[in-house]
Amino acid sequence: MKNQQMLFYSKFMGSHDYQQSTINEPKLKTEMNIIPSQSIAPKVSINDLNFFYNGCQALRSINMNIWENKITAFIGPSGCGKSTLLRTFNRMYQLYPSQEAHGEIMMDGMNILDKKQDINMLRAKVGMVFQKPTPFPMSIFDNVAFGVKLYESLNRNELEERVEWALQKAALWEEVKDKLNQSGISLSGGQQQRLCIARTIAVKPEVVLLDEPTSALDPISTARIEDLIFTLKEDYTIVIVTHNMQQAARVSDYTAYMYLGELIEFADTDTIFTKPKQKATEDYITGKFG
Amino acid sequence: MISIYTRRRIVNAINLTFSILAMAFGLFWLFWILFTLFEKGLGGISIATFTQMTPAPGSTGGLLNAIAGSLAMVTLATLIGTPVGIMAGTYLAEYGQRGWLAPVTRFINDILLSAPSIVIGLFVYTVYVAKMGHFSGWAGALALSLIVIPVVVRTTEDMLRLIPDSLREAAAALGAPQWKIVTLVTWRASKVGIMTGVLLAIARISGETAPLLFTSLNNQFWNADMNQPMANLPVVIFQFAMSPYENWQELAWTGALLITLSVLGLNIAARFFLRKQALAN
Repeated sequence: MKNQQMLFYSKFMGSHDYQQSTINEPKLKTEMNIIPSQSIAPKVSINDLNFFYNGCQALRSINMNIWENKITAFIGPSGCGKSTLLRTFNRMYQLYPSQEAHGEIMMDGMNILDKKQDINMLRAKVGMVFQKPTPFPMSIFDNVAFGVKLYESLNRNELEERVEWALQKAALWEEVKDKLNQSGISLSGGQQQRLCIARTIAVKPEVVLLDEPTSALDPISTARIEDLIFTLKEDYTIVIVTHNMQQAARVSDYTAYMYLGELIEFADTDTIFTKPKQKATEDYITGKFG
Repeated sequence: MISIYTRRRIVNAINLTFSILAMAFGLFWLFWILFTLFEKGLGGISIATFTQMTPAPGSTGGLLNAIAGSLAMVTLATLIGTPVGIMAGTYLAEYGQRGWLAPVTRFINDILLSAPSIVIGLFVYTVYVAKMGHFSGWAGALALSLIVIPVVVRTTEDMLRLIPDSLREAAAALGAPQWKIVTLVTWRASKVGIMTGVLLAIARISGETAPLLFTSLNNQFWNADMNQPMANLPVVIFQFAMSPYENWQELAWTGALLITLSVLGLNIAARFFLRKQALAN
């Protein structure tokens, strides 16, 4: 068991190189003791959030902050509620009548769970990328333009510029620039997922939610998307749910470990993976459990 | 003692034999029907079939007025039934998650789907033909559209349900209101499947006789006025086949072959589209 633990740590440290450089940035250092942080206000603040699913409680009294322009990862075994938590940030659960959330999720001074919150405006501000790539049955161009057209009236040129910008950002432009009129479904899985990311950022959201965005992809596509996520945090606040602990370690600034609908531990990623305070977290990240 | 493996192989062989026999039994009759149709009907097909009106007993003629009448009423019924069916099916699949309206509608639609078509003919007779005082092409089209609606409702709902929720979620996640999710994403994704449903509905009504007997009845002559009784293939087949006149009987066979061929064609087209839909998903 000890060996396994060592092996994991060495793997984790090895793949952690490029993140090391950002940790050394002076700005970040001051925020390292992040919970609670005094220096900046959180982008999203969750207070006493409970979630029910056909009367079953799926989230129990969650309290946490999501910080602006940082990547926050949710990890935990299947069914721990990490996707459920993510889906409260854009009220995606509301598509299903049997699901309800109680509590407070403050974003820019407003409780987004409040009935007064316009749900479509919220979703235009909080983008989401799903586990499986979900290209719409239309051309690559129209896929990216879909969300833009909903809320902005751009002329053809502006729209073309926006689509190119989003595809560039999603590191897909070079591969698709000559076939923008082809169906989005014709792309490979990894390309489809980058198309979905392009589609999400094309509407210029403030927060991007990623629900296991690489779990259906091969390692090379995964690496490309991880790189992409890492560059996106300059402009967006990112929350990522992942089954893959190395992925959380590689890309995120903060990590939350969840188990059975409860938030067990939430700290900066370094702390969670090197010196977690809770025994349960340690057991999970070292592979003893889960 | 027989080993479990041998036993399994024997049972498999027996099952296979019975399945093949059952299939052969079904196909035997089907091919016999098709063969008879071709044998008796093919000889009667000529230019006159498509250019001349239904004749008086003993004289020559064709089926032009019946073919035109059938086309007119089937087209109209499709034009009436398809939008209603698609909208209702969309409601069931996309909007009717909460409340009692959707389950009740679905149940009633299933009843309508299996309602004997003669009942629909009688219904239209009572509410339309009896009130107007005469048979008419409109009444026929109306009766046929009542058969189209439940078929289209059902296939539309089924096809929309095949679209994974993840696609709806993805559109909703961009802030799309529900009507845009439906019109721009889910309809588009299930377009081919819905088309197939419409084709199957057309195939279903093009052979219906009972609802037309009470509504459009028949017409010996050329008639393009939907307000008048209208000739149509199924009723012509029914009347001519029952008659003692040989030339009428022959025309009945020809008409039967024409209907069968068009229904066969529609079904093949539907299969082709369905396969395309399956590949697209």
